[in-house]
Amino acid sequence: MKLHNIALNNLRRRKAKMAFLTIGLTVGIATIVTLVTLTRSMSGDIERKMDEFGANILITPRSSDLAMSYGGISLGGISFDQQEIREADLALIRTIENHRNISAVSPKVLGGVKAGEREVLLVGVDFDSELRMKQWWQIFGAAPAGDGEVLLGSDAASALEVMAGDAVVLNGAPFKVAGVLAPTGSQDDALIFAPLNKAQALLGKEGKITLVEVAALCSGCPIGDMVVQIAEKLPAAKVSAIQQVVESRLHALDQFRRFALGVAAVVVFIGALIVFVTMMGSVNERTTEIGVFRAIGFRQSHIMRIILLEALLVSLLAGLLGYASGMGAAKLVLPFMAESKDAVLAWDATVAGGAIALALLVGVLASLYPARHASRLDPTEALRAL
Amino acid sequence: MIKIAKLTKHYVSGEETVAALRGIDLDIEPGEFVSIMGQSGSGKSTLLSVLGGMNHPTAGEVEMAGVRLYALPGEKLADFRAQNLGFVFQSFHLIPYLTALENVMLPLAIASLSRNAKREAARGALERVGLGAKYDRLPNQLSGGEQERVAIARAIVNQPRIILADEPTGNLDSKTSDEVMALFRELNDGGQTVVMVTHNPDNCRYADRTIVLRDGRVVAGS
Repeated sequence: MKLHNIALNNLRRRKAKMAFLTIGLTVGIATIVTLVTLTRSMSGDIERKMDEFGANILITPRSSDLAMSYGGISLGGISFDQQEIREADLALIRTIENHRNISAVSPKVLGGVKAGEREVLLVGVDFDSELRMKQWWQIFGAAPAGDGEVLLGSDAASALEVMAGDAVVLNGAPFKVAGVLAPTGSQDDALIFAPLNKAQALLGKEGKITLVEVAALCSGCPIGDMVVQIAEKLPAAKVSAIQQVVESRLHALDQFRRFALGVAAVVVFIGALIVFVTMMGSVNERTTEIGVFRAIGFRQSHIMRIILLEALLVSLLAGLLGYASGMGAAKLVLPFMAESKDAVLAWDATVAGGAIALALLVGVLASLYPARHASRLDPTEALRAL
Repeated sequence: MIKIAKLTKHYVSGEETVAALRGIDLDIEPGEFVSIMGQSGSGKSTLLSVLGGMNHPTAGEVEMAGVRLYALPGEKLADFRAQNLGFVFQSFHLIPYLTALENVMLPLAIASLSRNAKREAARGALERVGLGAKYDRLPNQLSGGEQERVAIARAIVNQPRIILADEPTGNLDSKTSDEVMALFRELNDGGQTVVMVTHNPDNCRYADRTIVLRDGRVVAGS
């Protein structure tokens, strides 16, 4: 018989009370594990979504003498007909150290063309990457599928008086209008989008690229590093981060994390309160027992050790159960919470260790006062009979 | 063994001060069996708790086995209780989630003895009170008399010099009371000093001396 035998026997033979205490703390820990895991899983999902949403790195030729803007973004000085990036160099972008963080590379060639009597700006794009990057585009009709098809901005379509399915002649070459964009409020509205190789041929810029938009996955990779890496690969180009996009993504993620942290803090507080109230109730119920311990010569520190050991054991169990049930709940809830079907449950040893450590910390801290209170009970008052 | 001089104990309740003990002088010899009698409110339980080192007196001295009890600092008083005193309570106060054997071993939980030595000592104490066969029972599986015996076994397991008993037969029928009192007598015959608070005059015939308290003063037997 040692002090820990007293604590163990109390827990073993007072199953209902132990279960109540364990459940109280388990629910708290499970909620935190669920929230943290969901937040991490969804953060990944949201990051992926946001990273695919528009470009955050822009590659333009270094020398230029005309101001030009695209999509509301100032590109610095670029001349339409001068310095261009070689299409063959694009492959180098995928060779940077952080190439895994590149979500999409969208090269563009720009140039003015004649559509009937009108001058319009033609943009040659790789439709696969362009459509992935501009998920906000709404197309009436269909996305261009072949070399002979183009996509028109809403203003361009009305100016040329064409709609999806119509034909349009650009610099003498006939094209089919596969689709028309719904108004975007950006310069896209006034543009004609054609397949890259076709536009290059039409503009006499075979093998040349005017600018490249890159969508990089921000998670775990500072965009600044990627800018430097791309600049090293393409010394003739000017590579810049679209800071506004990067910052707004980080800000949105930060807000989401802070919200989850706030909710978790409230739940931890409630868990601690449950432990405190239950331990305090347990101590009050065991007043006589504690009086007996004191009468037979237990020191105050012995009483503290018994109460805290019980709290430690219950907390350890609650931590393990809380982690297991929290992960189970997260697995059940994640498909309903995450927008993407690709969202995966984030298994993390840190969360497991953190859950157990937090359970122990909360359990022991919330039991400190009850244990201290118990150890300071006046044995005469506690026993009453004396 | 026990020397009490000018012992006073006042309780303050709001603006009222109640004098539970009023200048008690008392000597108890080693190996003596003393019963303390008195009506309800006479101060007998207060006296026992002061003797047990659990209730600081307002004034006066308590010397036990050559030690001035209330001059001991902090937890030393708890250590003194663990090494020298055995308590038997009126309501037995057994720990409900511990078996008879574990309850008896309780005072040894803080002693530096091997697990086997503790078990042997507890078994021996249970045998001595005639409950060797029921060592694995929980308190709610024992009768009142048996619970009292377990409580006595717990009080003697660490072989204390002094046993303090508070109304040990208060919750027992007369036959069981006689058995328990005979047990106290037997323990006393073995050399242990017994101080027992009782309101039952029949119990006094087992004691060497009966001290009578009235209104916090010794009126007979000092």
